[in-house]
Amino acid sequence: MSLEVPADLEKQIDERITHYPVSKRSAVLPVLHLLQHHFRFVNEEVIEWAAAKLELEPIKVLEVVSFYPGFRQSAPGKYHIRVCRTLSCAMAGSYELMDSLCEKTGIDRSGVDHHNPIAVSADGTYSIEFAECLASCGTGPVCMVEDDFYESVDDVDALLAKYS
Amino acid sequence: MTFMKAWTTSTLSLPNTPDPIFLTAPQNHPNHRTYPLPTMSAITYKSGKEPHPNERRIIFKNVDREGWDQSIDTYEGEGGYDQLKRAVAMEPGAVTNEVKSAGLRGRGGAGFPAGLKWSFLPPNNTKPVYLICNADESEPGTFKDRYIIHQDPHQLIEGMAIAAFAVGAKLAYIYIREEFPQGAEILEKAITEAREKGYLGKNILGTDFELEIYVHRGAGAYICGEETGLIESLEGKRPYPRIKPPYFPAAMGLYLCPTIVNNVETLCHVRHILEMGGEEWSKVGTPNNTGTRILCVSGDVKKPGYFEVEVGKVTMGELINDMCGGLKDGRSLKAVIPGGSSAKVLRADETFKVGKGDDCKEISIWDIPMDFDTLAACGSMAGSGGVIVIDDSRSISWVLNNINNFYAHESCGQCTPCREGSLWMKKITDRLVADKAAPSDIETLDAVARNIDGQTICAFGEASSWPTESFVEKFKDELIADTKPELENTPVNAEKELAAAGLL
Amino acid sequence: MSDLVDVQINGEWHQFPKGTRMIEACREVGAEVPHYCYHPKLTSPGNCRMCLVQMGMPPRPAPGAEPAQPDEDGHVPISWMPRPVIACANTVAPNMGIRTQGELTENVREGVMELMLANHPLDCPICDQAGECHLQEYSVEHGKGEGRFREQKVKKPKNVDVGPRIRLDDERCIMCSRCIRFMDEVADDPVLGFTDRGSHTTLAVYPGRELDSNYSLNTADLCPVGALTSNDFRFQMRVWFMKEINTIDTNCGTGANITVYARQGEIFRIKPRQNNSVNSDWMPDSHRLSFHWINDEETRLTSALAKDENGNHQVVTNENAYAIAAAKLSKYKGHEIAIIASARMTNEELFMVKRLAKHLKAKIVETVPRTGEADGYLISEDRNPNTLGVKTVLGLDDPGSQLESIKDDIKQGQIHALITLQEDLITDAGFTDDDLAGLDVLISSYPCANPTAERSDVVLPGGCWAEKSGTMLNIQGRLQRLNKVTDGPGTTEEPWEVIRNLQQALGGGNGIHSHTEIFNQLAETIPVFAGVKFQDIGDLGIPLVETDETLPLLEREKERVAQGLIVG
Ligand SMILES: Cc1cc2nc3c(=O)[nH]c(=O)nc-3n(C[C@H](O)[C@H](O)[C@H](O)COP(=O)(O)O)c2cc1C
Ligand code: SF4
Ligand code: SF4
Ligand code: FES
Ligand code: FES
Repeated sequence: MSLEVPADLEKQIDERITHYPVSKRSAVLPVLHLLQHHFRFVNEEVIEWAAAKLELEPIKVLEVVSFYPGFRQSAPGKYHIRVCRTLSCAMAGSYELMDSLCEKTGIDRSGVDHHNPIAVSADGTYSIEFAECLASCGTGPVCMVEDDFYESVDDVDALLAKYS
Repeated sequence: MTFMKAWTTSTLSLPNTPDPIFLTAPQNHPNHRTYPLPTMSAITYKSGKEPHPNERRIIFKNVDREGWDQSIDTYEGEGGYDQLKRAVAMEPGAVTNEVKSAGLRGRGGAGFPAGLKWSFLPPNNTKPVYLICNADESEPGTFKDRYIIHQDPHQLIEGMAIAAFAVGAKLAYIYIREEFPQGAEILEKAITEAREKGYLGKNILGTDFELEIYVHRGAGAYICGEETGLIESLEGKRPYPRIKPPYFPAAMGLYLCPTIVNNVETLCHVRHILEMGGEEWSKVGTPNNTGTRILCVSGDVKKPGYFEVEVGKVTMGELINDMCGGLKDGRSLKAVIPGGSSAKVLRADETFKVGKGDDCKEISIWDIPMDFDTLAACGSMAGSGGVIVIDDSRSISWVLNNINNFYAHESCGQCTPCREGSLWMKKITDRLVADKAAPSDIETLDAVARNIDGQTICAFGEASSWPTESFVEKFKDELIADTKPELENTPVNAEKELAAAGLL
Repeated sequence: MSDLVDVQINGEWHQFPKGTRMIEACREVGAEVPHYCYHPKLTSPGNCRMCLVQMGMPPRPAPGAEPAQPDEDGHVPISWMPRPVIACANTVAPNMGIRTQGELTENVREGVMELMLANHPLDCPICDQAGECHLQEYSVEHGKGEGRFREQKVKKPKNVDVGPRIRLDDERCIMCSRCIRFMDEVADDPVLGFTDRGSHTTLAVYPGRELDSNYSLNTADLCPVGALTSNDFRFQMRVWFMKEINTIDTNCGTGANITVYARQGEIFRIKPRQNNSVNSDWMPDSHRLSFHWINDEETRLTSALAKDENGNHQVVTNENAYAIAAAKLSKYKGHEIAIIASARMTNEELFMVKRLAKHLKAKIVETVPRTGEADGYLISEDRNPNTLGVKTVLGLDDPGSQLESIKDDIKQGQIHALITLQEDLITDAGFTDDDLAGLDVLISSYPCANPTAERSDVVLPGGCWAEKSGTMLNIQGRLQRLNKVTDGPGTTEEPWEVIRNLQQALGGGNGIHSHTEIFNQLAETIPVFAGVKFQDIGDLGIPLVETDETLPLLEREKERVAQGLIVG
């Protein structure tokens, strides 16, 4: 295993694990979150590291990773965008928002399918995917860029300007 | 069998009194004292975010409030944690009794009485008890817990601490959806503050009550809102909901120990129930539909938003026309999904029979009081309080397809009917919106939904089939109008043709 | 009896112990409920929904109302629930009603079946499971003839090597999770899992890992469809052409109960057969696959052999072989003769050995011990299937302890003749050429050509475990039946026949005509067997001797039963 986990990250991980005094396995989501935050996505090396840390068979970690859209199994762009696709936002124009974000970032979503939900811009700056309801349906269309949340998004240029 | 009892609603008959400005805890209340209820005049809200006069802000008192922040000092400055102090001086059972007498019904979707749920913990239990706050807020159309978490975290933590005291939990988790990253940080900071002040940790407020709360982030799955899926997720497994029986959380929940799962809003109410006393609190709202709840309106209205109202005191008409500024100009109402996308759709021109016996009457959609029982009587549900308004500019096929996409994406895939049916329904409506469906596809669509409904492990089965069932029932003509009779019996599945020709 | 509850199944009242799963109650009274995910030895996730049935309970009286009056049998009327419940995980309750037939149940079943087949490939004609596929079976019974599913099916990996012995076709998988649960709960090697979600859920092993547990083939047995199949058996033989014989495994002292599938004398596969006192529903791969040599005529002894004057083996008739052997043996006194038999022999064979020894007044009778590491599941340390039989029938306290003294006796010229039955002394008993050099006569019987046979004056082909019938005592003292699957090749005879014929050639013994006849003599003469009738042993055996041996896998299953996790 060649994954290099910095000491302070591992410290954070070890601290998280203490939140689950009954079962270390419970820490699989937090551990993966910390690892994804650092490595940007969860590949096999990350899965194997997490599995070893939590004393699980790697398949049990892959079971979890592949279930949740919150874990990316391939590299996203520098700024990852998630656009809400669900009804209220769709009524408020989220599909149009997606189109215009793709146009402005030069992202081609034609290859997107169930297994490859994320499309990345050619220069690797942006990546984008649809997300389901982000619990802000009254202010659609909404999206997230990295961990930042945006509501009633109408000015795509202004939004992207913050991330360049 | 006890598990069935758990799902029948208790009938509480409670007096309906006018709004008191000051509430007095009943004389027999352990801490008989007079408490001022927040009056709207004392508080100012951010410009443009002022509550509507129809609102009654208890839970959302501090949301969008001028000068408010998430710090514990601010919270304590307004009597924060006083109710925890009061609770730890009570018998745990007495706290539960207050919640019972308040008639608080869960705000997460099912509307199950919270006090009753707490009393399902096995007597003579020797295992640890866990409390879980369901902050997964993922039912489409619902956006309320978000604001409590982001703006008033201590309210939740106080509510949880009181609930944990009542049920005997020493370890509690807040399961928060991954898409609230700041929310998770805010909660963790608030927990640290509360621990520093002795509201959490060991020997809370000098008693032997102890409690740790941890924040656990999900990773983008609607099914983690279902309480047993949530528990599996918290155990580090795929969030596959468990069969009930035997896995009722109150008996066999987290780590197969008794576990209470409540929604964010539900837990916040606990604090206010103690403040007012259960009896008094129960006078807010309408009988059997007590308290306030937050309605979230989205879709085709001028001013979508969240509104804390007394349950049953506001009608659909008041909500849409007065509070949300009505429909967009030149538009008329087509349909309303009243309780999150899983709720059955109501058609604008339907009439609904509500009330029993002599009180039975027929009402229009505008006159539906937004409470649990009436919406159930109307054939839908109050659910999570997410009201999605659909006007006449919308294609019903498009709306249904959007919803079916959601459920096909979110089915956990554990049980056959939902796993196969949710994707099948999506595939049919995919064709419907692409002008590639035949009239008989609508029948199949309905049949598939009915093959899911009532036959699955968890209520996702109903959540995913009710939209289709109700849309087909109420908008059949419109759906059929989007189909093409000439496509009847044309192949859409190459594989099947090959098989029929014996080539597979 | 207070722990029995009254349950109505399809209109008839029955009684069952409290806590009985509805599906088991129904099965008991012949109302089989179709199911895929349920397995009594595994936890119940309730995921396939095939076992949905209608359920009813006595109505709960409205507050204040009188409860319903019971009828003359003491039963109150049942109020039927509008929604079906799963029979696999719910337990019976007093006065419960269950309908495994009728409109609701049948509609629901048809609906589940239709959905189950929605994304299932239509490749039954090329599927190895055809003929024993539960999906195929139930879909004929419960499905709609013409499916309404017109969409493209979900594509998934096909023909994946998930382990050295197992192959996976994901499109056929119905996601019942039986295989995963088996590996998690029974084999303690949780290498299987589901990836992705919803309709895209896919059974997988982690990339680079393998399903290589020595219990992996049990997953192929468990798989209700043709998703997991055995590489060893794949496409070998359509199942409906084979005959099934119930017998026991002889690779170790556990004596796992098995079914052997054979056609025209050829064994095609072996599957574990349920015996909750022995092997539950499982068996190790190593034992299951150890049959191939039986079919391999190249290595088998197919006729009797005797050495000519130049010391070369010549094929002789069995009759001649017995005569030659008898002639050679009769030159020696009993104290010059030793017999080395085998703990792979049945009790009946051992009884014949005892009789022969008595007739010859043989100095020593011994068997060859065989041990290995116990695996903590089903494989016992004792790799002989009938050591307890040796102890009980031959009366040896410490089988194998006299092997060294036999060698010494040969060296010192005290033993001149050695009969070895169903053992290869050189390969399995540590004998060297040197050890055997001092013998004047060596007679051996064995299923295959082997170094000891090469050195023998007379060689008799004796049938292997699949070619003979009889009884054995497993390490727990359970008396079990070994049943003949097929005749041995060539002139192979069952070992008890070999011994009988040899003894007859030696002028002793009356004609014994069957292994059951021997068993009767055994029961008459050996106290442990007293009173036991062969036909009483049945397919599952009977406990006969008390031992303190336990089988770790069974102990763990008992624990899970006690915890209510599994039915058992
Ligand atoms: C598919 C599904 C999704 C759900 N999502 C949520 C959710 O996001 N938040 C929530 O509080 N409850 C959700 N629930 C309801 C929970 O299962 C549970 O009933 C609730 O958390 C109990 O809390 P309450 O009694 O306080 O409402 C969901 C239920 C189902 C079936
Ligand atoms: S109903 Fe759907 S979401 Fe619920 S367990 Fe079954 S497949 Fe999963
Ligand atoms: S491979 Fe077979 S046993 Fe395993 S889950 Fe699929 S259908 Fe079930
Ligand atoms: S629909 Fe987009 S946030 Fe709810
Ligand atoms: S057998 Fe699968 S749900 Fe009961």
